[in-house]
Amino acid sequence: MNIFIQYGLAIYLLPLAAFLIQIFWGRRLPRKGDWVSIGAVLLTLVLSTAMLASLLLDLNPDFHQEASFTWLDLGRFQIRVGFLMDTVTVIMLFVVALISSASHIFSIKYMEGDPAYSRYYAYLSLFTFSMNGIVLSNNLLLLYVSWELVGLSSYLLIGFWYEKPSAALAGMKAFLTNRVGDIGFFIGILLMFTATGSFLYRDMFAGVAAGTIAGTTLTLAGIGLFMGAVGKSSQVPLHIWLPDAMEGPTPVSALMHAATMVAAGVFMMVRFFPILTPDALLVVAYIGGITALFASLIAITQTDIKKVLAYSTVSQLGYMILAVGTGAYVAAFFHLVTHAVFKSNLFYGSGSVIHAMHHGLERTHRHDLDPQDMRNMGGLKAKLPLTYWSMVASTLAIAGIPFFSGFLSKDQILAGTLAFAEHHPVHFLLPVFGFGAALITAFYMTRLIFLTFHQEPRHPEVFAQIQRAPFEMALPLTILGTGSLYVFYTLPSVNPFGGEGWFQRLVEARDSLAGGPAADWMAEQMHHAHLPTMILSIAVALAGLVLGWLMYGSRRISAEALARRFPRLHDLSYHKFYVDELYAKLLYDPLLKLADFVGWLDWDWYDKKIIDGFGRWTTRIARWVGTADYDGLDQGLVDGVGRTLRAVGGGMQRLQTGRIQNYILLATAGVIIILLSQVF
Amino acid sequence: MTHSLSIYLLVAAILFGLGVYAIMTRRNAIAILMGVELVLNAANLNFVAFARFGGMNSSGHVFALFVIVLAAAEAAVALAIIINLYHNLHTINVEEASTLKQ
Amino acid sequence: MTEVSFLFILLLTVGSALGVVLSRNLIYSAVFLLFTLLGIAGLYVFLWADFLAGVQIAIYIGGILVLILFGIMLTHKIVSVNISHSSLQRGVGGLLTLALIAFLSWIALRTPWRMVSSQEPLQTVGRIGQELMTNFLLPFEVASVLLLGALIGAALLSRRDT
Repeated sequence: MNIFIQYGLAIYLLPLAAFLIQIFWGRRLPRKGDWVSIGAVLLTLVLSTAMLASLLLDLNPDFHQEASFTWLDLGRFQIRVGFLMDTVTVIMLFVVALISSASHIFSIKYMEGDPAYSRYYAYLSLFTFSMNGIVLSNNLLLLYVSWELVGLSSYLLIGFWYEKPSAALAGMKAFLTNRVGDIGFFIGILLMFTATGSFLYRDMFAGVAAGTIAGTTLTLAGIGLFMGAVGKSSQVPLHIWLPDAMEGPTPVSALMHAATMVAAGVFMMVRFFPILTPDALLVVAYIGGITALFASLIAITQTDIKKVLAYSTVSQLGYMILAVGTGAYVAAFFHLVTHAVFKSNLFYGSGSVIHAMHHGLERTHRHDLDPQDMRNMGGLKAKLPLTYWSMVASTLAIAGIPFFSGFLSKDQILAGTLAFAEHHPVHFLLPVFGFGAALITAFYMTRLIFLTFHQEPRHPEVFAQIQRAPFEMALPLTILGTGSLYVFYTLPSVNPFGGEGWFQRLVEARDSLAGGPAADWMAEQMHHAHLPTMILSIAVALAGLVLGWLMYGSRRISAEALARRFPRLHDLSYHKFYVDELYAKLLYDPLLKLADFVGWLDWDWYDKKIIDGFGRWTTRIARWVGTADYDGLDQGLVDGVGRTLRAVGGGMQRLQTGRIQNYILLATAGVIIILLSQVF
Repeated sequence: MTHSLSIYLLVAAILFGLGVYAIMTRRNAIAILMGVELVLNAANLNFVAFARFGGMNSSGHVFALFVIVLAAAEAAVALAIIINLYHNLHTINVEEASTLKQ
Repeated sequence: MTEVSFLFILLLTVGSALGVVLSRNLIYSAVFLLFTLLGIAGLYVFLWADFLAGVQIAIYIGGILVLILFGIMLTHKIVSVNISHSSLQRGVGGLLTLALIAFLSWIALRTPWRMVSSQEPLQTVGRIGQELMTNFLLPFEVASVLLLGALIGAALLSRRDT
C-alpha cells in the first residue's frame, strides 16, 4: 500500500478510535479524556502536514493515488470503496486537521466545567472522522455514508446543550433541512450508479466521458448531487438551518458551521465539476449568486454576533458555489481554504468575546443580558487586544482587502463571474450578485467590528469585569489570525495581487467532461478579466469599509435614522426576509393540517369505527370460545392428561433414588437386556 | 493355550464383571475405586490381546499406555476427592455423601 | 512349563480379583488387587508386551496401589467400618454380574475374530516410542496436559483448608 494511502487510513481511523474510547470510557479517564481526542486530531494534523509538505516539495498537480477494495460482491456487479489521494484531498485534509485542532484546543477552556465534557470531545472526534471520510472517499457510497455521519455529528453538536429547547430544536432543524437536500443527493447518486454501474468517481468520470450518461439525465444527476451541497452548504432555499445552528458551542460553529462541514458541499462540487453539464452549472451559479447576495443582506441588521457570522458564512458559501457554477472551480476551492481559515478565526474571536462577556455577566449578575448581543458590547478592544487584532485581520480578509487572503480568492471568483457574463451577457446578474455581496460583506463586517470593539461600552459595570482570553483561546486566534495574511497562500511568490503561488500550481483546473467550459479557455478568460475585476473589487470593498466606518465608526450617518426612514427594508432584513415564516405558512401549516386530517381519518374513523367494531365482535366470539375451551377442553381433557401423568410420575419417582450405584445397576441391567435382544 | 485369544478375552470379561460388581455393590469409596481399576485393567488386557493376535501391533500398546495414564490421573483425583470428603463428613460411605441430593 | 506358569498366572489373576471384590476388609482388598495387577502384568508378558508389563508394575503397583493404600490409611476408620450392603443390591448385582460375564464370554468365544499371525518382536519400547512421537503425538500431548491438570487438581482438592 502506498505511503499516502497509509497516512490517509491513519488520518481516517485515528479520530474514530478516539471517538470510541471517549464515548465508552471518556468519563473515567483523567481530565475526562480530552487528551485522547486532542492527541488524535493533533496526530492527524502532523500526518496531513507531512503529506502537504511532500506535495509542496515537487508541486506536481497530477499527483494521484488511489486504493480501493471490493466491499460487496453481488455477482453481476461489485461495489468497490476506497480512498482517493490527490492534491485537492491533501489540501482539504490539512485544512480540516488544522481547523479541527484549533477547535479542540479552543474548547479546552471554552467547554471547561461542562458536565458532558467528554461527550463533547467524543462528538468532535466523530465529526473529524466523518469529515475525513468525505475528503478521502473515492466513491459515492463512502461519500454518502460520511455525508450522513457528518450530518449526524452536526445534529449532536448543535443540540449539545439539549436541555435548552432552542438548541434541541435547532439540531432537529439542521438535520431535517439537510435531509431535504440529501434526498436529491441520493437520487443523483442512484442516477449515476444506474448509468455507470459503479460508485467510483473514476468510473463515473469515464462514463460521462464515454457518453454512457448524457443529456438531461446527466443534468438531472448533476442537479441531484448539487442538492446535497445545497443542504449541507446551506444554500438558498435550504439556508435556514445554519443560523439556527449557532445554538451549538462556538468552537463547533467555528469548526463545522464555518470552515469544514458546510464546505463539504463546495468540496463535493469541486470534485464533481467535470461531470456537470452547462445547464446544471447555470442552476448552480444562480443558486450560489442569489445565496451570496441574499444572506449578506440579512447579515446587515442582525444583532447577535454569531448570527452575523452565520449569515456571512452562508453568503461566502454562496460565493464558492457561484464560482463552481461559472466554471472557476479552482477559485471556489481556493476560497474554501482561505475562508476556512479566516471565518473559523472570526468564530473563535466571537467565541472569545462571548466567553469574556459571559463571565463578565456572571460576575455582575446581569442575567437579563444576552452575552451574544452586540448591542451589549462595545469598547472591547481595550480588554481583548489579541482577539481584536486577530478579528480585524480576518475581517479585512473577508472584506477582500489586498494583502489579505480573502482578496486573492474573492478576486478570482469575481473574475470568473465577470468572464462568464462577458460571454453570456444574458447572465449579467451573476457578477452583480458577486460584487453586490462583496460590498455588503465589507459593510456588515465593519459594523460588527465597530459595534463590538469600538465606541463606548454599553454596560460599563460588565465591561469592568471582562478579562483577557486564556492561552488555549489565544493560541488558535494567533495562528489563524496570522493565517489571514495573503502570503501563506502565494508562497513562494510574494506579489499580493497576482494570486500566483503553491496553491495555483498544486491545484489545476480540469476540463469539463460534460460540455462545460474547458480549463484553458476559462483560465484565459479569467486572466483577461483579472485587472478590471481587481480594481472593481478593491473599490467595492473600500466602499463597504468606508460606509461601515461612516455609520458605525464616526457616526456621520445615523443607522437608526436610516432604519426609521426605510422601516420596510430594515424589517425585511432583520426578519431574514421572512423565509422561516414563509416556510411555516406554505409548508409546515399545510403539512400539519394534512397530518391532522389524516390523523382524524385514522383515529376517529378507522380506529374507532372499524377497528373498535371489529374488536367488539371479536370480544363476543372470544367469550363464547373461552367458555368452551375452559370447561370442556381445560377441565376435562388437559387436566385429565395432567392427572394421569402425575400418577404415573409418582410411581416412577421411586426409581430415582439419587444413588449412583443403583443407576449403575440399572444401566448394567439395561446393557444385558440390549445384548439379549441382539442375540435372540 | 497361550496362543489362544479367547482365554485372554475370558479373563478380561471376568475382571470386567467383577469390577462392575464392585462398583455396584461396595459402599466404600475406595473399594469402588478399586473396582474401576479392575474395569480399566480388563479393557487394557483386551487392547494388548488384540494387539498380539489381531495385528494391531503397537497401536494397541499405545492405547493401553494412555489408559494407564488416565487411570493414574483418575486415581489421584479420586483419592483427593475421597480424602476431602472424609475431612468434611468423616465418612467415605458413598451413601451418606448425599449433600448434593435435592 | 510355560503352560503351567500361564495357568498359574491366570488363576492368580482371576482368584485375587474375586478376593478384591469379595473381601470385607479394605486392606485385604488392596493386597488382593496387588496380586491381580501382578497377574495382569504376567499376562502382558505372554502377550509379547514386555514394556507394558513393566509399566503395569511401575505405575499400577508402584503408583496407584500405593496411592490407594495411602487413602485407606488416611481414612483409617473405614478399616473397621461395617460394610453392610442391602441384600437386594448385592443379590441383584451378583446375578447381573454373572449374566454380564456370561454374555461377554459368549461373545468372546462366538465371534470369529480376525486373526493375524505375527512374529514376536525383539523389543516393543522403540516402536511404542515411535508411535507416540508420530501417529499419537496429539493424544500424547493431551495426556501430558491431563496429567498436569490432575496433579494440580489433586493437590488443590486435598488441601485441608479448602
